Amino acid sequence: MSNLSIIIKREYLTRVKKRSFLILTFLGPLFFAALMIAPSLLMIESEKMESKKNIAVLDESGIFDGKIENTDANTFLYLYNENVDSLKNLVFEGIYDAVLYIPATEFNIPVNAKLYSNKQIPMTLSSHIEREMKQVVEHQKLLASGIDPALVKASQTSINVATIRMDEENGEKTSYAELEYIIGFVLAIIIYFAVFLFSNQVLRGVIEEKTNRIIEVIISSVKPFELMMGKIVGIALVGLTQFLLWIILTLGIYLVSSTLILGPEIMSPSGTVMTEQISQITETTQGQDIMLEAVNMVQSINFSAILWSFLFYFVFGYLLYAAMFAAIGGMVDNETDSNQFSTVVSIPLIIALVCATAMINNPDSSLGIWLSMIPFTSPISMMIRIPFGVPYWQVIVSLLILIITFIIITWIASKIYRTGILMYGKKPSLKEIWKWMKY
Amino acid sequence: MNNFIEINNVSKTYGDYKALNNISIKVPRQSIYGLLGPNGAGKTTLIRMLNQITAPDEGEIFINGEKLNRSHITQIGYLPEERGLYKTMKVGEQAIYLAQLKGVSYKEAEKRLKQWFKKFDILSWWDKKVEELSKGMQQKIQFIVTVIHEPQLLIFDEPFSGFDPINVNILKKEILELRDKGATIIFSTHNMASVEELCDNITLINKGNKILEGSVYQIKQDFKDNSFEIVLRHKDAETQRFKDDDSESLQFSNSATLTLPEGFTLISEKTDTNGEITLNVKAKNDVNPNILINYLSEKGTIVSYRELLPSMNDIFINQLTMNNVQ
Repeated sequence: MSNLSIIIKREYLTRVKKRSFLILTFLGPLFFAALMIAPSLLMIESEKMESKKNIAVLDESGIFDGKIENTDANTFLYLYNENVDSLKNLVFEGIYDAVLYIPATEFNIPVNAKLYSNKQIPMTLSSHIEREMKQVVEHQKLLASGIDPALVKASQTSINVATIRMDEENGEKTSYAELEYIIGFVLAIIIYFAVFLFSNQVLRGVIEEKTNRIIEVIISSVKPFELMMGKIVGIALVGLTQFLLWIILTLGIYLVSSTLILGPEIMSPSGTVMTEQISQITETTQGQDIMLEAVNMVQSINFSAILWSFLFYFVFGYLLYAAMFAAIGGMVDNETDSNQFSTVVSIPLIIALVCATAMINNPDSSLGIWLSMIPFTSPISMMIRIPFGVPYWQVIVSLLILIITFIIITWIASKIYRTGILMYGKKPSLKEIWKWMKY
Repeated sequence: MNNFIEINNVSKTYGDYKALNNISIKVPRQSIYGLLGPNGAGKTTLIRMLNQITAPDEGEIFINGEKLNRSHITQIGYLPEERGLYKTMKVGEQAIYLAQLKGVSYKEAEKRLKQWFKKFDILSWWDKKVEELSKGMQQKIQFIVTVIHEPQLLIFDEPFSGFDPINVNILKKEILELRDKGATIIFSTHNMASVEELCDNITLINKGNKILEGSVYQIKQDFKDNSFEIVLRHKDAETQRFKDDDSESLQFSNSATLTLPEGFTLISEKTDTNGEITLNVKAKNDVNPNILINYLSEKGTIVSYRELLPSMNDIFINQLTMNNVQ
C-alpha cells in the first residue's frame, strides 16, 4: 500500500468510526424523513380532529338568508328575532361554535359582518363566508342593474399560458420555474454547507496534528504533500459516505414510515389526500390534468445532469476550499487563531449564497454567468443555474477553471503548509507567509 | 565505507538567518554520535535535513555511501524533540499506522509491536486510547514506534525528556543494545551526563558553526589540565592509630609534612577523620606524574590515584562562552 492510501484510510476510518459521525448519519435521515412526512400527517390529523362546527347566523339585512352554503365542516343555522349578546352567551355555553352577525344594511353598501367565537376561527371558515357573501352581493347587484347573472358566468374564461423554453438539443420543453427554483436553491445550500463543514474538518485535522506534536513524526516518514492530500481526500470520502447514507436512509425511512403511518393510498399518484384537495377546487377531470402536469414537471427536470454536476461541483469546490483551509491550519497553532483567516477565505462562498436569490430570478444574467465562472463561487452559483438549463460550453469552461484553480491553489497551499506545520509560537504575518511560499 | 553518514559543507539560510554555515560531519558506522549545542544552534535543522524534511541550500549528505534520497526514509528512525501521538487513537492501532508509514506491512508491524509491548510489559495498553496514558507511558510508545521498522540509522532528539530515572535507564540500555546490533545512532541532547555515558563521538555546534568535534575520549584528553587526585594514608597516621584512638592527634600540618617535588602544585588538600588525605595536584605539562607517585609512596600508602578529566559539561560551557565572546 502506498503512503497516500495508508493516510487516506486512517483519516477515513477514524472519522467514520466516531460516535458523532454515526449519530449525525442516523439522526439526519430521521429528521429529513420527518420533514417530508409531517405535513401530510398533520393534514390528515387536523381533518380528523376537526369536528363539525355549528354557526349561528343572525342576518338583520335579510339578504343572505339561507344563501351561505354549508361545507363538510361547517353548518350554518339561520336564526331570527334574536339578540346578538344572548347568542354570544350561547357560544360560551357551547351550543354554537360561532355567531355570524350581519347588521342591517343596503345591499350596495359594503357589509360589515362580524364573526364571534370563543375559539380561534380557522382561516378556511372566514374565507368561505367572505366568498359566499361576496357572491350573494354581486348577484344582487347584477340583478339590480338588469344583467342576467347566468350570462356573466358564461362569459368567464380561464386562460392558462404554458411557458415553453426552446432548447437546441432537446427541442421544446415546458419549463417549470417553481420546481427549478427549489431544486437549484436546495442544491446550492447543500454544497455551501458541505464545503464549509468538511473543509473545516480538514482545518481541525491539521491543527490537531500540530497541537499533538505528531506532525514531525509523520513527515519524517511521508512528504507533507502526501499527508495534506491524504487528509483532504480521506475527509472527502467521509463526506460522500455521509451523503450516500443520508440519501439511502432517508428514502428507506420515508418509504417504510409513510406506508405504516399514512397507509398505502397516499403513495399512489391518484392518492386520496391529494385528489380530494384538488377536486375541492376544480372538477375531477381537471384534477387529473393537474396530476399529469405534476408528473410532467418532475420529468422535465434533467436529474442525471443535475446529479453529475452536483457531484463534480461538490468534489472540486470542496477540494479547492479544503486546500486553502489546510494551509490555514498549517499557519496557526489553535482554532481561535484560525478564525480570522478562515473568515476571509470563506467570503466568496457567502457572496455566492447571498446572490442566490437574485440569480434564481434571472439565471442567465451577467451576474449569474460571472459568478458561475469564478472558481471560488462557481460550485454554488452554477448549481443554482443548472436546473434551469445552462449551455454545455459554460459548464465545461466553469469546471475547467475550477479544476485549474484547484491545482494552483493546492500547489501554493502545500508550500505554506509544508513550512507552517513546523512553526510554533506566534501567528505569522502575511509577509512571512509570502516568504514560505517561496522556500 | 567506514562512515555511515557523511555531511559535506552543508549550509542553510532562512531569510536573513543563517541556520547552518558550512557544516561537515562524519558519523562512523555503528557508533553513537552526539550532536551538541545550545538552543537555536542549528541541531534541529541538521536533523531535519537527514530526515528530508528540509533540504540544504548548499552541500551534500551521504548515507551509507549513497546520496540522500527518498529510499533512505524507511532506514531512518526519528524521535523528534517536539513529539506526540494522536490523542484519541488507540495505542496499538496508532503504532501499526506509524509503522506502516515506514514501510512495514500490517501483519509484520503487529507481530513486532506485540514483541516490544511484551518486552516492556505494556501489552495491556494495546486497546487503550493514548490520552488515557501518562506522559511517561506515551514516551515509551513513542520510542517503540521510532525503532519498530528496525532502521539502520536512529536519530534521537532529547530522548530522555519526560522520562523518570528508571525509564531513562531502560532506554539507555535499549539504545546501547541497538548500537550493538548494528544501528548507527545520532543523539542530540543538553544532558551532558548522558553524553559521557553513551556517546562515542560528538560535534558541538553554535550559531550554525561547528566549534568542536572528536571522540569523547580525545576531547577530554585535549581539555584536561593535568590535574590528579591522590588519596594517601599517612605513615604517622597509621602508627598513631595503633597507639591511641584519639582522633584529634591524627591531624598533621600539611606544610610541614608535604613538600611536593618540582613541577607539581598543590591545589587543595583535605583530611578526613580516618586519617586519609585527599590531595588535588596540578602538574606541569611535561612532567611525568609517576614522579609524584614515587614521592608520595614514601610518605604513606596510596589508596587511590586518578587523573582528573574535565566533564563534558565543563567543556561545553567553556567552549560556548569562548565562542560567544569571539
